[in-house]
Amino acid sequence: MKEKMLSFDDVKLIYHTVRGEVTATQNLTFTVDEGEFVAIIGPSGCGKSTLLSLAAGLLTPSEGKVFCRGTVGYMLQRDELFPWRTIEKNLYLPLEVKKQLSPETKERARALAEKYGLKEFLQSYPSQLSGGMRQRAALIRTLASEPDVLLLDEPFSALDYQTRLNVTRDVSMIIRSEGKTALLITHDISEAISLADRVIVLTNRPARVAHEHPLDFDGETDPLRRRENKQFSAWFELLWKELNA
Amino acid sequence: MKKDLKNYSKEHLLFLKKRKINLAIVWALRVGLLLFLLLFWELSTRLGWADPFLTSSPSRILNTIGALYQEGTLFYHIGVTLLETVAGFLVAVAAGCLIALAFWWSDLLRRVLEPYVVVLNALPKIALGPLIIIWFGTGSKAIVFMTIAVGLIVVIMHMLSAFLETDPNKILLLRSMGASKLQILRKLVIPSSLSAFISMLKVAVGMAWIGSIMGEYLVSRAGLGYLIVYGGQVFKLDLVMSATVILCVLAAAMYFLVVLLEKILVKNTDN
Repeated sequence: MKEKMLSFDDVKLIYHTVRGEVTATQNLTFTVDEGEFVAIIGPSGCGKSTLLSLAAGLLTPSEGKVFCRGTVGYMLQRDELFPWRTIEKNLYLPLEVKKQLSPETKERARALAEKYGLKEFLQSYPSQLSGGMRQRAALIRTLASEPDVLLLDEPFSALDYQTRLNVTRDVSMIIRSEGKTALLITHDISEAISLADRVIVLTNRPARVAHEHPLDFDGETDPLRRRENKQFSAWFELLWKELNA
Repeated sequence: MKKDLKNYSKEHLLFLKKRKINLAIVWALRVGLLLFLLLFWELSTRLGWADPFLTSSPSRILNTIGALYQEGTLFYHIGVTLLETVAGFLVAVAAGCLIALAFWWSDLLRRVLEPYVVVLNALPKIALGPLIIIWFGTGSKAIVFMTIAVGLIVVIMHMLSAFLETDPNKILLLRSMGASKLQILRKLVIPSSLSAFISMLKVAVGMAWIGSIMGEYLVSRAGLGYLIVYGGQVFKLDLVMSATVILCVLAAAMYFLVVLLEKILVKNTDN
């Protein structure tokens, strides 16, 4: 029995603005197990990013409970590397913030960078790297503090198509070989299908779970191979219908 | 990467050469224009097209500066003004940055004080002249205060808007790492405001000169502003022009110091 890493239990969140209140989510319930890669898709404007802020503990639910075992690492649409820091110093950022900077943790971050092809860029500034390399560096930065759960907020949407396919493959490979638990938020159906072990479809606002599908692909986890798989288009059609229902 | 000339194509070498020539032309024209204006100025007074009593002339300016130097007062006046300007500039920049930081830190403080800052910004500082004389006397203290008054609000507004423009996604990222407000300030807000800080310095240099010369017009007994006012009152336009030329040189020098600082700071942080 795998352990529960993240769970939303009947969560309701109300946004307050001067013009009024908006219920972003209501009766939202789902779990993510250890080592699982879950993708959440939903109609645009249904408050997907809010979900991640809730998971990261940056927002407190109005009702219900959000449970997260361990620490989270957040990866955003853009790499958000600090341009005045070298890649190496960028990788140390979460360690600095969490006051975990030590020769060992630094070494671990550098080893991760080396393992995933960033070694020659450690002393470069982000502006010297391609978009794909930067996003990879952002992932290594996220992993540097060894988070238990990765929260991915459309981390590929700012990349051009070609780069995107490659980076998606990279990131998937890295996350799976590190055995991390991941929650991906996206509006891109094919991205969700090519990456996740399970896809959760949300309703319009107030968002709750409309459908949930475990994806098998006979154990295939390579996003590019999945795209070539026969099941792929069937899943796409189904999810497309469910999203537009 | 080392640039190895041998590896460049002929076309590229030609391109580099053209650029060099272009730059040389721009510089030649710049210097040439200055020389032409000086020559025209000098000649028009010599040939009687203009009255040197009203327009002065480059040679008379040089003579006046030479005379001031021989009297031993040239560097005294320059020193007085320079000290007032630099002191006012430094205090305005330091205090302005600190106040802007406080405004960034406390939303309440910022929202309460913002209208005051806006009104003070719109107020012509020269209106404070009489008050400043009464409060600080007629010495350098009053002039430094005037310099601070002219620069401070500009520094606050410039830096505050830079602090508030910090990328919200980067703040979100730091918060997701569990960063405290102080960490967000130190690791993100301050470093990302560096280029705004430099451009603020450039504006503040100009403001400091406005403040110190305005102050000297009001109260002083020494300094370049004093020389200009005194020269005007006794109709010694050579003196007015000389002090103005010196002022030009000093203001330009201070500006280029800031540009130099920019090159040093920005080189180490960004590409």
